[in-house]
Order: sequence, then structure tokens, then C-alpha cells
Amino acid sequence: MGLFTEAFVASLVLGAVVAGVPLLLGGLGEQLSEKAGVLNIGLEGMMLIGAYAGFVLAYETGSAASGFLAGAAGGMAVAALMAVLCVRLGLNQIVIGIALTLGAEGITALLHNVRFATTYPRLDAPETLAIPVLSRIPVVGPALFDRPAIVYLAVLLVGIMIYVYRCTYLGIALQAAGDRPAALDAAGVDVVGTRTVAVLCTGLFAGLAGAFMSIVASGVFVPFMTHGNGFIGIVLAMLARGRPLRVLGGALLFGVCLSLTTALQVAGVDVPTDVIQMLPFATVMLVLVVAGRRASLPPALGSSYERGAR
Amino acid sequence: MVGSSVSGATAREAVVSLRGVTKRFPGVVANDRVSIDFRPGEVHVLLGENGAGKSTLVAMLAGLQRPDEGGIVVGGEPIDISSPRKALDLGIGTVFQHSMLVPSLSLVDNFILGGPWWKRPDRAGAAERMRARAESIGVRLDPFALAGSLSLGERQQAEIVRALMRGNRCLILDEATAMLTPRDAEQLGALMCRLAAGGLAVVFITHKLDEAIAWGDRISVLRRGRNVASLGPEDLKAGDVAAVTAGLVRTMFGADAADGTRGPEGRRRATPAGPVVLAAGDLAIDDDAVPVSGVGFTIRAGEILGIAGIDGNGQKQLAEALAGQRPIRAGSLTLNGRPIDRAGVGERRALGLRYVTDDRLGEGTVGPFSVATNLVLKQIGEAPFWRKGVEQPAAIADHARRRVGAFDVRTPGVGTPVARLSGGNIQKVLLARELTGTAEAVVFAKPTYGLDVRNTHATRGRIREAAEAGCAVLLISTDIGELLELADRIAVMSRGRIVGTVDNDADARRRIGELMSGTTQ
Repeated sequence: MGLFTEAFVASLVLGAVVAGVPLLLGGLGEQLSEKAGVLNIGLEGMMLIGAYAGFVLAYETGSAASGFLAGAAGGMAVAALMAVLCVRLGLNQIVIGIALTLGAEGITALLHNVRFATTYPRLDAPETLAIPVLSRIPVVGPALFDRPAIVYLAVLLVGIMIYVYRCTYLGIALQAAGDRPAALDAAGVDVVGTRTVAVLCTGLFAGLAGAFMSIVASGVFVPFMTHGNGFIGIVLAMLARGRPLRVLGGALLFGVCLSLTTALQVAGVDVPTDVIQMLPFATVMLVLVVAGRRASLPPALGSSYERGAR
Repeated sequence: MVGSSVSGATAREAVVSLRGVTKRFPGVVANDRVSIDFRPGEVHVLLGENGAGKSTLVAMLAGLQRPDEGGIVVGGEPIDISSPRKALDLGIGTVFQHSMLVPSLSLVDNFILGGPWWKRPDRAGAAERMRARAESIGVRLDPFALAGSLSLGERQQAEIVRALMRGNRCLILDEATAMLTPRDAEQLGALMCRLAAGGLAVVFITHKLDEAIAWGDRISVLRRGRNVASLGPEDLKAGDVAAVTAGLVRTMFGADAADGTRGPEGRRRATPAGPVVLAAGDLAIDDDAVPVSGVGFTIRAGEILGIAGIDGNGQKQLAEALAGQRPIRAGSLTLNGRPIDRAGVGERRALGLRYVTDDRLGEGTVGPFSVATNLVLKQIGEAPFWRKGVEQPAAIADHARRRVGAFDVRTPGVGTPVARLSGGNIQKVLLARELTGTAEAVVFAKPTYGLDVRNTHATRGRIREAAEAGCAVLLISTDIGELLELADRIAVMSRGRIVGTVDNDADARRRIGELMSGTTQ
């Protein structure tokens, strides 16, 4: 019982939020592009570019908001490349995705080395937005309701995506693009255009996720700092299929796993960190075994669309 | 039901016309100067075999393909149907052979698919309009049912309703009855006639003769990409069903005298009295689409048994089962008296059974491999081409050069990838491989399908030679002329069964036609 001290719970919740937001943003983005039939293995790369671009601009301007804009733009730039190669030219999505991730890792590590290798600058913690009343809940209040605006935005995005999928023509078109693109084409909607929009939005979300990691979560940029978060995002999207709420749930679950490391250290439990750092990935495998067998993916996922081809 | 709506309609202007439309794909002319008028108030049937060019015509009308030559006239004006949306805007609605409903969406979502993305869809209103439109043509549907949960017939009705809701002038139904139960097909036919009576131009694509005659006000027959015959309401109403059927069979399968490339018809020679080589008894083969059952035959040495029938009636399943590529569920199969129904592909080949597939590039050869390698594809690891597991390139190339010479394969060299050759030469490679060595029995599946006149002639020569050399030959073909030219006896397959076998005599053509159209049962 001694484990669940106030400090432990508070740091666990805070850590879960900080670690969960990138997963949530990345997962929602991946879900969007998978819905439209594009398997985006380059999510990790988009996040990493977003993290670097966001960090640089936040560092130069001193404004977290402009950092987030730059991160989103960086993610979208990688996504634009993916859209051209995979959606327009119909190249293999898996190969291109891997190439984009590896390329992003190389470029960000190089740029970081050139500019910041000797200085290792650190950003100030971004301003938080305290929600009246709720932020004064004891123990978990500050961890949940006194966070930077981007955190609330990420949660709001869940609602927005639900609305888009359920209540708009765009949602119907996205679903058709992943399920039976020929039907969408026959209905007079541009399949390539629809998928391009989806991939660009994925880049935007992933870029924001990366920027969150560098600007909010750590305040520094370190090469390879996304640390497999993009890949966990892909898993989340696959498990959640079309449901944004499930992405939220999954992001929180994995966020808790990731933050256990710090929380256990705060609580003074002596477990090798290597073991604890394995936790999220062990959870991924466990969840895949339990829930993954029933996760059906869009039939046209991963294959490019060409009119008239059979 | 026949022509219930045609009275006085013949004078009407065509809503959609094809004018000398030609469409080429690499190596094939899919449509060759096709001109057809589609008039309102008529069910116009496009009749033809697989590969006759029906689907390409549909694709051009639906805006999925564009003609290389010629044009399409809609409402009196020449129009370039550049996209599916354009086709819909012109009032040309298409129900494709493969369902164009998104299975994971409800019917109403499928119907409103394609609305402006920034708007909020009005599902309730759309569902109401759907119900009303469906009712007006006597169809019932639940707008909020998931498309994937409906039966094929229900999905098709939904697609017809959808096509009509876009304010249609012309409704195209591509192979609409292919996957329907007889009852659903019957309902569809009645629906088509009702729609035509309402002033719509209905275009119905099929390869089934009985449907064409039952529901068509006008029939255009396509063969090898050409419009070879057109029957108007006057022809269809005047003649009796049997006469019209016979005429259509002739034009569809190209056994007419106009085709001068064929040899003499009739019995090839006296039926050889050699020993029975290949015998099948009561074969049953599982298949989701066309299960085969009760197929039996015997073929003597030197004899050619033809299998006639409209494509997709179990011929492919039978051929694969004979070759060992598909399990035989029940029945017996013997080669020279030896049961081989449990033997594998390699074992059957070693015993002298050969299979010349119609899927030349898919399963017959490996496209990127050289001609030489493809010629020994079924002898990998065997001497003299392999010794102690090591490939002997000199022996393989030597063998290939001799085969290429003997079978007149036109190739730049034996090292050329086989996919770069023309269809006719790929077929020669296949023949060279299968007919070399000690063949006892050969199964040919549509051996001249898609070949030009010269290669067709050469291939038929090989089939005849194989028989003369003492092989038992099973010749599966959809070309009646070919069967009449080559076979000693002809069995007709329909819905996975052999419905009759006739000797190839002067009366054979008529009796095959009857068996194929089912008028003798």
C-alpha cells in the first residue's frame, strides 16, 4: 500500500498525460490515413521531423505556439513526399514509409549535430492553461487540468475526428477510399485526392506529436528522441480500427506504461530501468495477442489505386 | 415478358450511341469499330463470350476508359466521357459486375457518397428519397442496413436504385445475373422490363443466351471485339425461340461460314480403336462458384474428346483436377488403367499426363525467366539438365534451341524472358514443353484463346499431331468451330456437369447448340 503515495499517483498521471499525448496525436493521424487506405509506416519519421522543426522554431522565437506550427509544417512536408510517392506514383507504401523514417532519423541527427551538439540548449517549460475549478482537484487536478493548451487540443481532436468520421461527407469518402476505392471513383470522387488529404493530415498530426515531445515533454531535442512512439501509434491505430475513442484509451494505457519508469523511481522502488522501459513494448505485444486477432483492417489498405485496373 | 415495351418505341432517337469505337490494349484489340445505338424504352442486350469486349464497352460508357478511335454520342452530341462523374452527369448510370457498394458503409451512406465534403449529409432525407425511388420500381430496401450484410441480389437492387436516383437516361447492367440465384435473376429481368417500359434505355450485358432472348428487345452480339450481329424487335418477335437461339449460337461462337480461316468441318476420321488411355468416372470437384459433379468420359489412344460449353461452367475446375492442381473429391481417374486420382502433379506428369493451361503467363510460365528455363520448368532437378543438384546451363540451352526450332518459336534468343514474347509464341513455348517426351494424354484448356489466325492454325496443327502420335487428347474450348474441326466426339458442359456427348458428324453443330442452350432437356 505504501507504493501509492500522493507523489507517486501525481507523477504517474502527469507522466501518462505527457507520454500519452504524442501517442494520441500520432495514433489519430495514422488512423486517418489507414482509414483512407494508406499504411503510413513513415509516422515515426514525420514525428521526428516535427520534433526537430518545432524545437528549432520554439528556440529561435521563444514561442511555443510558433514551434508547434513549425512542427506541424515539418510533419506535413514529409507527408507531402509520402503522398507524391505512394499515392500519386503508387510506390510501395511500406518501403517508402521505412525509407522516410530512416531518412528523417539521419537528417535530424545530422542537423542537430551541426547546430546544437556542443550547446544542448533547453527550452523553458511552456505556459500552462489552468482550467478553473477542475485544476484544483487534489492530487490529479494539476496533472490533468493545468497543462499547455496543446494537450486539450489533442483531446478535443478526438471529438473532432469522431464528428468527421460520423457526420460528414468527408468521413464517408475516407471510409470508401480505404474499403473500396473503385466505388468512390465510380461515385465521382477523386480517390488520389482524398487519400492525399488524409496523408497530409496525418503528417500534420504527427508533426504536432513530435513537436510536443521536444517542446513540452522534454524541452530539448535529442537525436532519435521519438523512440518508437511512431510505431506504437501505428499499433494503436490498427487496434482501434476506425474508432478515435479507442485511440485515446490506448494512448492513455501506453502512456501509463511509459511513465511508470519515472513514477517508480519517484516512489523509490528499485527495479532496473531496462525492465521498466520494456513495459510499453511488452504491453503492445500483449494487447496485440488479446485484441489484435479481431482487428480487421480496411481491405484496400496498403495498395495504391489505379482506375480501371483489376 | 418478351418485348413488353417496344411498341412504337423503335422510332425514338437513340439516347446514347457508339460510333465506330475502337479500343486497344497491349497485344489485343478489345473493341474494333463498334457502332451501336441505345434507344429509350428498350432493353438492349450486349451478348458475347468472355473476352468478346463487352466489359471494355461498358468501361468506356462509364467513363473508366476512353476510346482510341471513334466516339460516343449522347443526346445527339458527340461527348468525351472523361471520368465516371461525367458519365453520371450525363445520366449514364452503371451497375458493375463487381459490386460498387462499400461493404462497411450503410446503404444510405453509399448513396450519398460523393457529396461536397464540407457539407453535412442529410441522411434522413436521402433515406426517404431512396425508399420512395425503390418503391416506384417495386423494390424494397432498408437504407440503414450495412451494405456488406445484404445478399448479392439485394445489393444489386440497391445499386440499380442508386443509379436511377441520379436522374438517369441510360442504365447499364454489366453481367448483372452472373452471381445471382435463378430467382433473383428472374426478378432482375422483370425489373429491367419495367424500367424500360418507363422510358429508360436499359443496356444489359450477358453471356447467357436464354436471358438475352427472354428479356431483350434488341440484341447485339459481340465477338472478338466486333459487333457481328444485331437483332431488332422484329427479328426477336418473329422467329421461334429455337431458331433465334441457333442463330445466336452461330454468331456468338464464330462457327459461321464468314470466318474463312477454319478447316473443313465434320468428322476428322474414323474413331480410332486403340486402348482406353484416360478414363474418368463420376468425378466430383469442390468449388465455391461452380462445383463439378458426375463427370465421366473415356478417351482412347489417338482420340480427341472435345469439351464444349460457355466459359465458366466448370471447364477450368475439371482441367485443374485432371492435372492434379485441384483435389478430386470423389470418383475415379485412370491413366492406362492405373488410378491417378490421388497422385500429385509431378507423378501424373511422369506417367505421361500433360496439361496445357489457358493461363499461359500466370501458371503456365514464369514471365521473367528465360525461354530456356521455362522449357525445363517441370523437370527442375532432373538429368540431364541438373546433375547432382547443379544446373547444367549448356544442356538447358541446347535443349531449348532444339525445342525452339522444332516448334517454330519466334524469339530473339533462348535467354529472352518469356514475358517479352507475344501470346502466340508463349503458347508455342508451353506446347513445346508439354508435348515433348513421352506424353500419353494431353489436356488442352482453351488452347487458341486470344491467339491470332496464324498461331491459332499452328496450335491446332499441334493438337492434331499429338493425337496422330497416339495421345489421348482432351480439348476444352469455347469455340465450337474449333471443336468441330478437331474433335472425334464432343461433350457439352453446363453448370459443372456433362449434359450430353455427341459424335462429330454432320448434325453435331445443331445438337451442341441445343445442349448448350438447354433446349433439349
